Amino acid sequence: MSLTLEEVRHVASLARLSLSAEEETLMRTQLSAILDAVAELSQVDTSAVEPTSHAAGEVAPWRPDEVRPSFPPEKALGNAPAEVGTSFAVPRIIE
Amino acid sequence: MGPTDLSMLELGRKLGSGELSSVEAVRACLARVDRLDGRVKAFLRVDREGALAQAEAADRRRTKGKRAGPLDGVPVGLKDLFLTEGLPTTAGSRSLESFVAPYDGTAVKLLRAAGTPILGKLNMDEFAMGSSTENSAFFPTRNPWNLETSPGGSSGGSAAAVAARMVFGALGTDTGGSIRQPAALTGTVGLKPTYGRVSRFGVVAFASSLDQVGPMTRDVPDCAALLQTIAVYDPADSTSAPVKAPDYLAEIEGGVKGMKLGLPREYLELPGMDPEVRAAVEAATRALEKMGAQLVPVSLPHTKYALATYYLIAPAEASSNLARYDGVRYGLRVEGKNLLAMYGRTRDQGFGLEVKRRIMLGTYALSAGYYDAYYLKAQKVRTLIKQDFVDAFRTVDAVISPTSPTAAFRIGEKVSDPLAMYLNDVFTLPCNLAGLPGLSLPCGLTRGNLPIGLQILGKPWDEARVLRIARAFEREHDFHRRSPPLGAA
Amino acid sequence: MSVADFQPVIGLEVHAQLLTRSKIFCGCSTEFGARPNAHTCAVCLGMPGALPVLNEKVVEYAVRVGRALECRINPVSIWARKNYFYPDLPKGYQISQYDQPLCEHGGLEIDGEDGPRRIRILRIHLEEDAGKNVHDPGGGDSLVDLNRSGVPLVEIVSEPDLRSSSEAAEYLKALRDVLVYLGVNDGNLEEGSFRCDANVSVMRKGSTQYGTRVELKNINSFRFVQKAIDYEIGRQVELIESGGKVTLETRLFDPVRGETRSMRSKEEAHDYRYFPEPDLPPLRIPAGFVERIERELPELPRAKLHRFTASYGLPAYDAKILVGDRPLADLFEQVQAVYRGPAKKLSNWFLGELLRLMKEEVREVGALRFSPAQFAALLQMVDSGELSNNAAKDVFAEMFRTGRDPREIAQEKGLLQTQDTGAVGAAVDAVLAANPGEVEKYRAGKKQVFGFLVGQVMKAMKGKGNPALVNAALKTKLGD
Repeated sequence: MSLTLEEVRHVASLARLSLSAEEETLMRTQLSAILDAVAELSQVDTSAVEPTSHAAGEVAPWRPDEVRPSFPPEKALGNAPAEVGTSFAVPRIIE
Repeated sequence: MGPTDLSMLELGRKLGSGELSSVEAVRACLARVDRLDGRVKAFLRVDREGALAQAEAADRRRTKGKRAGPLDGVPVGLKDLFLTEGLPTTAGSRSLESFVAPYDGTAVKLLRAAGTPILGKLNMDEFAMGSSTENSAFFPTRNPWNLETSPGGSSGGSAAAVAARMVFGALGTDTGGSIRQPAALTGTVGLKPTYGRVSRFGVVAFASSLDQVGPMTRDVPDCAALLQTIAVYDPADSTSAPVKAPDYLAEIEGGVKGMKLGLPREYLELPGMDPEVRAAVEAATRALEKMGAQLVPVSLPHTKYALATYYLIAPAEASSNLARYDGVRYGLRVEGKNLLAMYGRTRDQGFGLEVKRRIMLGTYALSAGYYDAYYLKAQKVRTLIKQDFVDAFRTVDAVISPTSPTAAFRIGEKVSDPLAMYLNDVFTLPCNLAGLPGLSLPCGLTRGNLPIGLQILGKPWDEARVLRIARAFEREHDFHRRSPPLGAA
Repeated sequence: MSVADFQPVIGLEVHAQLLTRSKIFCGCSTEFGARPNAHTCAVCLGMPGALPVLNEKVVEYAVRVGRALECRINPVSIWARKNYFYPDLPKGYQISQYDQPLCEHGGLEIDGEDGPRRIRILRIHLEEDAGKNVHDPGGGDSLVDLNRSGVPLVEIVSEPDLRSSSEAAEYLKALRDVLVYLGVNDGNLEEGSFRCDANVSVMRKGSTQYGTRVELKNINSFRFVQKAIDYEIGRQVELIESGGKVTLETRLFDPVRGETRSMRSKEEAHDYRYFPEPDLPPLRIPAGFVERIERELPELPRAKLHRFTASYGLPAYDAKILVGDRPLADLFEQVQAVYRGPAKKLSNWFLGELLRLMKEEVREVGALRFSPAQFAALLQMVDSGELSNNAAKDVFAEMFRTGRDPREIAQEKGLLQTQDTGAVGAAVDAVLAANPGEVEKYRAGKKQVFGFLVGQVMKAMKGKGNPALVNAALKTKLGD
């Protein structure tokens, strides 16, 4: 199956990737080839098969409702690209 | 023979007796790094001061008679996917180039508790996506056996560092073969434990339902000892299993007599198999038969769909796991005229091509209108692949195959053809999809003097038996004692 | 044609914070009002390598809500990732539940316009809250505070069973009362611990085909719910009548202008790419868990209302006010259990003096200083004639302030009415002797004089005469 350039752009925008024009073209070709290759799965009859979403871990223990120490500011914000006070700063969000 | 030729357990014994000190061991490793890593390029960061300080602490413990265990003082390396408090953790990515981890992951904490000095952080394919370490954002790592070839990946830095004796052992992660394939290509031993055996807490996630942490060592007993250190139930990882690990070293010498080893007929029919690899693996299975194992043909009929299944599930999970690298709280930010532009530019420049390719593929497979045909379908086929193994393990104790269809390939050879690169993983992927333990150990050398790996897959939680089979083979062969031709230290 | 020719169809999606101490997937505090990002860790900051671990209290509270709303509790439900980018969403996805939620198919009875109605609940699922973006009005950067990130929420989705904005408000109030009764939510719309989105559509009366629905967001007070829905109904009807079509969209309610406006008009349609959360195995409810929670469920507001009118014989008005505040209702029952007098009399005290003082001092039931037994004792003193009603109010105010014993206060203030028949008799004799003219008039048939005589006796006794005793003594002495 062949992806259109529009589809590549739509997926890139969902994934918040600003691809260059060359990258878009390359993605279109390569993703189309990969999708062709994985299309073989349609040959498998899975009408009576349950999906596997977890490899193991059937029992997940729960945690007691106890407050644990949070990060001090130098850990929470230590890697922040931009901060104001103890808040992370981002370009103004326009609603 | 210098100290770096010792195995982890041998060194551990010498440290215990006082014949060697941990500081000496660390210095020997650092000397080797200084001499070789300019060519091998296994390390992203060497933590000299940290490692020496930890070695000194180990030596003090010994003099007080308070050794933390058999590996106390034995220097190791970490794939740069493990968060280490206060040290950069890059995941091989520009997006995390400046990221200093604010906490230690669980496996790292366990290593620290066991007293192993951490020598540094090892190169890898970006976010563990790749089979050659060429997808590192920083530089490719070279295979110590032939510097023109790749050590495999994604834990290629770990494998190369262990093979080149720059560290005694290392931790890697394996999502589709990222421990076992580089182990095969570098003549080392690598184990991917059962999913849930080792905590994933504090390991940068690639594909959460497939990722698993494992040891990479020079021989099987070291592999068992390192696994013992990290195979601990962790309440901080909801997929960590509350299953107590057995004593892995206790039964390792038990041999294979009477064991039934399955040979999947589909594996030998897979395309792209190097005849030398096939011959070496056949010789290895005959050797195991001679030791008393019974070889049983088995069928894993859905194995041929493993690659397609994996390349839908892993990218889908990755597309979500990598959404957090958005330039808001940590990591790279590339400013833009507004928030949307900041996101797009940060992620476009933070990620390499392979990572972007998989994010795109995974986003597509999960998107409205395609979920059922791609992601859900792949999850259903995953059930069938898992069931194949359940069926096979009704009659056999383990399954034997090549680890990789070829020995080490030249750097640059496959990098532009993602589908050809993905074929590297055909033998290793099914094990991740089924959540099983799988080990690779050296079983031969090509005419070009490149290592060949043998893969042993076990039942869930049956690492002990996998190690025992591997050890039986290793005892009768000397592949694990061969060193890459880098010159003596 | 007009609004009256159309039938509104409304469904509500309520997000309610569960009152746990720690967050849903990590040990950070859920406390409100801390410095930005003070309550964050690797997990709720979405740091690389961090993994979620479920808080058991969250499951317990959600099952409480589910059973109180008569839902089926699914023994296995699935965590799902809802993927979208926003600065307040640290992982780039929200852990939620999608096609297999924890609770399904319940209902809540409300007072509809034509009597009680059961509004069906489609589903209740668990999820984590996002953080908060603060938009600098000056036009600078936006600031991200992740203290709320990972606070546990239940989302309660009703079927489109509501038929008017007032029913919607009624449902919302009833739902809030239930959650507050269960002790799982504080019902505070303004602080955002109880939030509501509404799905609104209209169809021509008599039609069975629902119209295109519009999702209204940002309805953060009961007052706004009705306003926003009414505005939206009017807008849709007007649109249809003028030949237009309602489009499927999300609209934001602007409380200042009292109107709704389209959101994200220029953004692409949302595609959340839900898939099962691989970091969390399915949520399995252990055997016996639901039954245990059920046994511990408190009486719910509607049942209590029925009981307060039926077994205490209270007027609906009184019962509603008492039941509207669970601790108040509990206190009422505790006092009544000791008091055993007429419930209406006690209710008058609650609705009158008690609520008035609580309002004045901004005090909650939990902070009251007096005991139910003290309150009951006070009323019994009134009933037995030891205290006049007015004196009792004085004593109550003092008891409210200090928590001291009512009898002690009454004695100290000298408010106790004397029970000494001798003293009453003496006072009566003295008054009769001092007022022979009035006695004459009374005996001649001018019965109104009796009141004057009582007043004289009370005055002589400085207000401490028990009116019942005084009456009886006077009547005897006057020969009645």
